[in-house]
Amino acid sequence: MAIISTQKLTKCYGKLTAVDSLSLEIEEGEVFGLLGPNGAGKTTTISMLCTILRPTSGTAKVNGFDIRTQPGNVRSSIGIVFQEPSVDDLLTGRENLEMHAMLYGIPKELRKKRIDEVINLVGLEDRADDVTKVYSGGMRRRLELARGLMHRPKVLFLDEPTLGLDPQTREHIWRYIKKLSKEEEMTMVLTTHYMEEADMLCNRIAIMDAGKIVVMDKSANLKKKVGGDIILIKMDKPDLKRIRKLSFVKSAERKDGAVQIVIRDVDKNLQKLLCKVGKIKSVEVRPVSLNDVFLHYTGKEIRADEEEGGYWERMMQSSVNR
Amino acid sequence: MSELEAIYAVWLREFRVYLREKERVISSFISPILWLVAFGSGVGTSVSLQDPIYKGIPYQNFIYPGVLSMSLLFTAIFYGVYIIWDRKLDFLKEVLVAPVSRSSVFIGKMIGGCTDVMLQSVILLILGVVIGMPITPLVFLYSLLILLLISVAMVSLGLVMGSNLTNQEAFGLVMNFVIWPLFFFSGALFPVSNLPSWLLVITQINPLTYGVDALRGAILGVQEFSMLKDFSVLIGFSLLMIWLGIISFGRMQQSK
Ligand SMILES: Nc1ncnc2c1ncn2[C@@H]1O[C@H](COP(=O)(O)OP(=O)(O)OP(=O)(O)O)[C@@H](O)[C@H]1O
Ligand SMILES: [Mg+2]
Repeated sequence: MAIISTQKLTKCYGKLTAVDSLSLEIEEGEVFGLLGPNGAGKTTTISMLCTILRPTSGTAKVNGFDIRTQPGNVRSSIGIVFQEPSVDDLLTGRENLEMHAMLYGIPKELRKKRIDEVINLVGLEDRADDVTKVYSGGMRRRLELARGLMHRPKVLFLDEPTLGLDPQTREHIWRYIKKLSKEEEMTMVLTTHYMEEADMLCNRIAIMDAGKIVVMDKSANLKKKVGGDIILIKMDKPDLKRIRKLSFVKSAERKDGAVQIVIRDVDKNLQKLLCKVGKIKSVEVRPVSLNDVFLHYTGKEIRADEEEGGYWERMMQSSVNR
Repeated sequence: MSELEAIYAVWLREFRVYLREKERVISSFISPILWLVAFGSGVGTSVSLQDPIYKGIPYQNFIYPGVLSMSLLFTAIFYGVYIIWDRKLDFLKEVLVAPVSRSSVFIGKMIGGCTDVMLQSVILLILGVVIGMPITPLVFLYSLLILLLISVAMVSLGLVMGSNLTNQEAFGLVMNFVIWPLFFFSGALFPVSNLPSWLLVITQINPLTYGVDALRGAILGVQEFSMLKDFSVLIGFSLLMIWLGIISFGRMQQSK
């Protein structure tokens, strides 16, 4: 049974349609990835699903409750890690977690154990009793994540959970997310700009662009849809038309002074291809990655500085966007 | 049970923040002292109250209950309107998305504000004793009760405004169109009777007038309305504001 289903969920800001008549179903226990370029409408969708933003039209059900008419019940079914910082600056890390535990009615006997557990998870043992005002951006992010993971809801929304985290912490979090999804059968909706993260964690992935879902499937299927393998050839005078005519070539385009070709059944067809294209300088073969899928469907590249940029740079950018 | 816990959680946050923001605490004492000492004794030397019921009361004593109400008013309304910033900075999001009723959030916030105000009031009452106001232990407690009533009313008013305003610029409006008028037309600085009739009307629809009057009754033993009327107005206004506050909090969305 679908634990989240949206029916023509729509949010308009004036003329801009941030989420456009979205209809999708997410199964119980699934880790669902919502990908898309900046401004695609991922956060807006999540905000509506967790009842802090009213849809312009359409509605959705979360855990069987309508987000418009039963927001209270929806809220008791969910947890969320917001994209934007929302920990309380003036409280210490531990106090933030205590407040969360109380708000979510975690029983007294469990509280301390859970708090210690998540503090350990994100490696904030030494700083748990500092006011979060003095935390670094990444530390704050970790605290936020710890808070979201603490109360084990039925549905957990993770809006770019590992944004700005160092590789060790990220690895830790991934493992914990997997564990939660397996042991607690928690449903998770995750947005991210790290393709490897989506690839590793998500059962199904939806790629969103301009408020609409462009494609939705298992990661492996998505890769199959786009093609088999990618071949990058450096050569002097590529004849794109001729290459495209070959029956096993799915697409061919110029990229950074080389030709990028997607072909089926690379083991059979690479030889043929190389014979047909003429004199080449170098050749590189790699399987299609989720990144290729993303670029294929959204047509835009995520700029490297956005993908890898620091947390605060991203924050600055999003506050300028507001 | 869990709602009580939620109220406690929200209150505890406010209380911790209050204790941590020393500047805010200190600055809340500076202006009442200035009003009492500079204004009260300064202007007091050239003003004597003509009103028969206030005859013989030194001006400083006369404005002491008014100054108490004023500092309460400022702290209470600032506290309430401060949630505009909370929302801008997204701290409130965590609470808005939690599985607790919005009325609990409101009540927790309200009690938090009243706690700030009452701590401040206790210190100002002690200061009153020091500068020679006629405050017996009984008067002290009675005044605290009245101050509590006023603070419930004013904190709730502040929260109602704060939850309905979304940008910081609105703060100036609140200052000029709410706080100053409430203060000036409350009889805090001058007796309400003998005012020109248009001013009298404004004063009489101002709930703070009744708070100031009740305090004056408790501390100086003179007042213009009956205690019953003062209490009824204050309680009625508080209930109205709490009701509006719960509705406003219920409707509150993320502020972007
Ligand atoms: N309060 C608002 N007023 C006007 N437009 C808004 C508002 N909030 C969001 N938008 C617009 O809605 C669109 C979707 O925004 P959203 O935050 O959902 O994107 P996103 O997919 O989460 O992007 P990112 O990857 O950058 O987080 C954007 O074009 C954004 O500018
Ligand atoms: Mg977003």
